[in-house]
Amino acid sequence: MKVVENLLNKVKPVFDKGGKLEKFYPVYDALETFAFVPDHTTKKGAHIRDAIDMKRTMFLVIMAMVPALLFGIYNTGYQHYMALGMDVGFWDMVLFGLGKVLPLIVVSYGVGLGVEFIFCFIKGHSIQEGFLVSGMLIPLIMPMDVPLWMVAVATAFAVLIAKEVFGGTGMNILNVALTARAFLFFAYPTKMSGNKVWVNTEGGTTVDGYTGETLLAQAIENGTSFSDITNTAYSSIGESFMASFIGFIPGSVGETSALAILIGAAILLWTGIASWRIILTGIIGGAVMGFIFNTVGVSFFPDNAYFTVPWWQQLVMGGFMFGVVFMATDPVTAAQTGKGKLIYGFLIGLLAILIRVVNPAYPEGIMMSILFMNVMAPTIDHYVVQGNINKRLKRLKTA
Amino acid sequence: MSKAIKVKKGVDINLVGKSESKTTEADFSPVVALKPDDFPGVVPKLMVKEGDEVKAGSPLFYDKKRENILFTSPVSGEVVEVKRGAKRKILEVRVLADKETRYADVGTINTGSREGVIEAMLKLGVWPFMKQRPYGIIANPEDKPKAIYITAFNSAPLAADLSYTLKDELEHFQTGIDSIKKLTDGKVNLGLRAGDSTFDQIAGVDKYYFSGPHPAGNVGVQIHHIEPINKGDIVWTLNAADVALIGRSLKEGKFRAERTLALAGAKVNESRYVKTILGAQINSIIGEGVDLSDTRLISGDVLTGAQVDKEGHLGFFDTCVSAIPEGDSKKFFLTDGWLSPGFSTFSMSRAFPSWLLPNKKYNLDTNLNGEERAFVVTGEMEKVFPFDIYPMQLIKSIMVNDIDAMEKLGIYEVIPEDFALCEVVCTSKVNIQSVVQQGLEDLRKEFA
Repeated sequence: MKVVENLLNKVKPVFDKGGKLEKFYPVYDALETFAFVPDHTTKKGAHIRDAIDMKRTMFLVIMAMVPALLFGIYNTGYQHYMALGMDVGFWDMVLFGLGKVLPLIVVSYGVGLGVEFIFCFIKGHSIQEGFLVSGMLIPLIMPMDVPLWMVAVATAFAVLIAKEVFGGTGMNILNVALTARAFLFFAYPTKMSGNKVWVNTEGGTTVDGYTGETLLAQAIENGTSFSDITNTAYSSIGESFMASFIGFIPGSVGETSALAILIGAAILLWTGIASWRIILTGIIGGAVMGFIFNTVGVSFFPDNAYFTVPWWQQLVMGGFMFGVVFMATDPVTAAQTGKGKLIYGFLIGLLAILIRVVNPAYPEGIMMSILFMNVMAPTIDHYVVQGNINKRLKRLKTA
Repeated sequence: MSKAIKVKKGVDINLVGKSESKTTEADFSPVVALKPDDFPGVVPKLMVKEGDEVKAGSPLFYDKKRENILFTSPVSGEVVEVKRGAKRKILEVRVLADKETRYADVGTINTGSREGVIEAMLKLGVWPFMKQRPYGIIANPEDKPKAIYITAFNSAPLAADLSYTLKDELEHFQTGIDSIKKLTDGKVNLGLRAGDSTFDQIAGVDKYYFSGPHPAGNVGVQIHHIEPINKGDIVWTLNAADVALIGRSLKEGKFRAERTLALAGAKVNESRYVKTILGAQINSIIGEGVDLSDTRLISGDVLTGAQVDKEGHLGFFDTCVSAIPEGDSKKFFLTDGWLSPGFSTFSMSRAFPSWLLPNKKYNLDTNLNGEERAFVVTGEMEKVFPFDIYPMQLIKSIMVNDIDAMEKLGIYEVIPEDFALCEVVCTSKVNIQSVVQQGLEDLRKEFA
């Protein structure tokens, strides 16, 4: 490590003020502060500081996404070979998955960090760590076959419009990764939903009875009762639940396996990085809405099979779990007060299932519900803080 | 009357080098200094010039805005230097101390009435110990405070244990209480550590016993839990060590500036208590027993103290001198940086496994452990901030200088020290105490 330190010290003058590459100082700064926590000491205020910093925080979030990522890579291969009816080994599936998912990651990070660095050069800031998480989230919420140029455009759009125009990391109103997805969802809907995008079926013919639809799409299009629909694909409703829970179903790269996501959630909650309030109330909100549909909704809308999806299965289908665990808990765009987080999480869960079930245009509701609640979060906080202010005013009056 | 109060939020940071219950005399401090910067809001106006002879208790300067508030010399001797900084700002008034202290004559002291106590305290130079909330500045003698709050324990890391340093001063402490009681029509409230029996004999106060982690010893936290102040309220606050000093000075009619303080920290060979005098040179306090290589010397505790060098002087209100390692070296990210296993680093977040070892003692240095960022993480400050106030929202309102929002969010109840732990745990490494100080100054200017 002394070697690295010496090397960094050697190239530093080139990037320093007056150096040849002065403009590119943020690049040097990013590398140096990655390798070494700088020798900055406390100048004002408390002389000792907590060991936590933004880099470790962000890194832990990325670690929490790794189970979902690894499963997504494997599942991409698994779905491909299953659709074609080919019987191949574990590593073939992983290799195929890697071939599809790695480019998504490279493009997302490349474009996103590129835009960030350009802004750093212009503003003379050092690079902030926020995009390290967004850059990993974006590939995980894309269908694996989405064209790479679209990922690039969506990422650039999201970083520019959702983040940098508001002032960069920490200032954004909308979740950056979800903005990228929403952009593609509305700009290129045929690449983002339907039954063609979730599984790569090139290089062969699909097996009989194969549809390539997600469970959500099946639920919305066919039949009168969810149990009938699932029974054509699975022998029982329990089995269809397990399929969505374990995750061997078509879907966006990282969202199919509730199990892998829950491992990530465990990491986030164990380290205290994510808010348990948001995750817990998010799940409760989804369950409540699903339960209302199960019990009351079915009698009002007998034609919509979606109402019959059991509430406990609603939670593991689609991107619900992924959204609640990784997207809703983004501290910048979520509510910031303790009480606010409870309300925010609950409404995200509630709205996600509401949109999913009632609105036929969107088979999945979690993206819209989180983006909507991102916008509403400051309002929730406003009323929570106002409650605190009123308490103080009341004290003043009674005193 | 006594009452038990449990403070739930906060954290005790266990640092190595806590003072043992043993007191030594500090070396004679040849030069003693008063630093106007110790008194926020005071504009110093000199009353002496270099070469003047002063006695202990003779005024060195006064506050230009409130001319009756005098700052008097802790020792007798010759004014050797008025150290000035940029724009001729007065940094230190240094007095070359006599071997034998001669005390200024302040005339007869009448502690029978409110006016008498105030006059005596002002003349002796012990008035500046009396602070007011809001703002945390020196109290205005013309105000009539709603109540007076005294905290009788420090909860900050490595801070002095007042039940040890004051156990032989209880007589003076009682004298102080008796005089201070005359200053308010309200109550005098004494905040004590739960289980502490040192102050059992003290009469004339309402006692509140606090349990829980730091900042339970901060007087602001105690006020908030006893009777939170509102806009327009004024309460006065004191530290128990200062009450004893005031009591002794009033009784003897002399400015008795002796102070027993904790000398603590990982860099101190033998952490203990040291008897010295206000404004003494740090050199004389630390003696030979401190390893000075790569060391940060702090007058005060590690959370709120001021950095000093060994030629510097003890702050007016400080009851402790800390010496901890300087953190001015780079840390490789895998071994002891941001991606290290981290069993020996303190973190309030659970991102480092050290939270599994609750009794661990830490040897922390002064590294910032990261770079300053915009606020991203939420909810972390609330865990160490035992007020019914939203800390992040208040800080942001100060940053945008929104006076109206600051008032509504409760700025009158806090001073910077109450935010010290928020500053420690902040992932974005924002200097929150400076922000709060700025907010209080803006507010004071607004209503000046």
